[in-house]
Amino acid sequence: MTATAIEGSKKLHLGEAFFKGILIISGLIVLITLGAILLILFLSGQYAFERFGIAFLWTDQWDPVRDLFGALAPVIGTLASSAIALMIAWPLGFGIAYFLTETCPKFLRAPLGVAIELLAAIPSIVYGMWGFFVLAPVMSTTIQPWITERTMWLPVLPSEDNPIWWWFQGAPVGVGLLTAGFVLAIMILPFIAATTRDVLLTTPSLLKEGGYAMGATRWEVVTGVVIPAVRGSLFGAVFLGLGRALGETMAVTFVIGNANRFPDSFYAPTASIASVVANEFPDADQGSMKLAALFALGFVLFVVSFIVLALARLLLRQGRMAA
Amino acid sequence: MNIAPINQSNYIRRRIFSAVMDGVCTVAALFSLVILGLILTTLVQKGLAGLSPSLFTEPMKTPGNGGGLANAIVGTLIQTGLGILVGAPLGMAVGVYLSEVGRNSRLASAVRFVNDILLSAPSVLVGLFVYQIVVVPTGGFSGFAGSIALALLAMPVIARTTEDIMKLVPESYREGSLALGARDSTTIIKVVLPAAFGGILTGILLAVARISGETAPLIFTSLGSFNFSSDLMSPMASLPIAIYRYASSPYGEWVDLAWAGALVITVGVLTLNVLSRLTYHWASNRR
Repeated sequence: MTATAIEGSKKLHLGEAFFKGILIISGLIVLITLGAILLILFLSGQYAFERFGIAFLWTDQWDPVRDLFGALAPVIGTLASSAIALMIAWPLGFGIAYFLTETCPKFLRAPLGVAIELLAAIPSIVYGMWGFFVLAPVMSTTIQPWITERTMWLPVLPSEDNPIWWWFQGAPVGVGLLTAGFVLAIMILPFIAATTRDVLLTTPSLLKEGGYAMGATRWEVVTGVVIPAVRGSLFGAVFLGLGRALGETMAVTFVIGNANRFPDSFYAPTASIASVVANEFPDADQGSMKLAALFALGFVLFVVSFIVLALARLLLRQGRMAA
Repeated sequence: MNIAPINQSNYIRRRIFSAVMDGVCTVAALFSLVILGLILTTLVQKGLAGLSPSLFTEPMKTPGNGGGLANAIVGTLIQTGLGILVGAPLGMAVGVYLSEVGRNSRLASAVRFVNDILLSAPSVLVGLFVYQIVVVPTGGFSGFAGSIALALLAMPVIARTTEDIMKLVPESYREGSLALGARDSTTIIKVVLPAAFGGILTGILLAVARISGETAPLIFTSLGSFNFSSDLMSPMASLPIAIYRYASSPYGEWVDLAWAGALVITVGVLTLNVLSRLTYHWASNRR
């Protein structure tokens, strides 16, 4: 604020300076918090980074007995489960947003919109429990056998030399990578739907009316006018959802199977960074290499989340400026 | 789009395609709503089955001895309360800084950006962080450490809503106050904050809802406990941790209690969300 007080305007007022000082310090605390999290995670994981070098990131080993640790399995588990979740939740979330902004009867839009936003607020542990007690058994008895039967024709790489055959084979155990992806998808769906709807609603109605006036159909207006106008923000909304999925702990821990090894199929129990950290932390002694490895994993997750979330914010901000 | 003079058959084809895509999106939306509805139905069914008055009166007990989740509920109330007590003033100060003092300065832009990152940063990492800076130096897991972790998670939520709400206060309010000779601090405290009060309350309620369901950060900080405890320097039970431990246990009655606990926390979180919406409406109507 640049207003000048009438009296003693040039004199520094102590209370005023104190007040503003506190506010600025609070702002600095935000910056310090982020910096401190990064620094503490890195310093606590340094032991592991020094021992295994940068190869820590792509080494597939997790052997607490011999103190050998590598991040490949949880890193792949994190990226793959989030990718599955995004591939499901993105189109469905867009479907919900399209429905809520275009085809849904007017009187239902507000209540359904609120319902979706409320669903986004449910604690993730509830989604995890549902995944474990309800979805996993169905996956094991019905969904996985069904998919396997219909994907027999997919090429399968030799399993002896190269254990990586990323297809729908293997024992349908219920908990594993695919189930984790499904539960994550369901968990981030309300969030992606709500943010996508908000983004679609920012399109000026004049733009849409222009499209209709030129004889475009509803679908053409949305894909040809609305989406190009808000493309950046749409990606931002999805990246925010991705950021959630990457760092999600409870929903994943229940259903990913918690086997810290490279998944040899979509069904295989594996682990994500967050689930490994939550699961193995209780058995990691103070000062042990294992604890250092867990912190190193945490550092990796933080860096990845930071990049994704920063991209999301930049895209959303760009969209806001254009609109 | 290339809109030529309307070609009748082509136009009909486009209309049909559009209608089909309407249908596809509607089906996708209904399918998603049904799945989400199923989750809520399961939660209510299984939760009600395990719900009993003893849930709220008895502490956690070893399997086979009944027991409830009372100590966990109390623990969650204490840690959430303390977390908000620390996180709310801090978050509000950050929000006021961003909206009234920093505005578009370079520092404020950086703070705003970082705050948005913290808003969605993985909560499990906040837990690891607090473990290292509070649990290790103080010599053990504690309700205090849990509260600090929750405060760090509440701060960005409250900062964000405070800034958004204060920006909605018309500039003329500030100009009016300044024209009367008030200092910036007086203007903020006596004019802008009261006008934004309802909205800030909304943000605080949302933050309570968010942190009361947090599980992951508490694994590394307050650990969980079977006992009633108000000692902030010892491990403290919390509802999400109790649900996590019970749900992954092999005992049927513990699993039932976990579902009941999940129902309690979901109802609590949804109530807080609805309350925050009502507060917001009340506040905007008052203005």
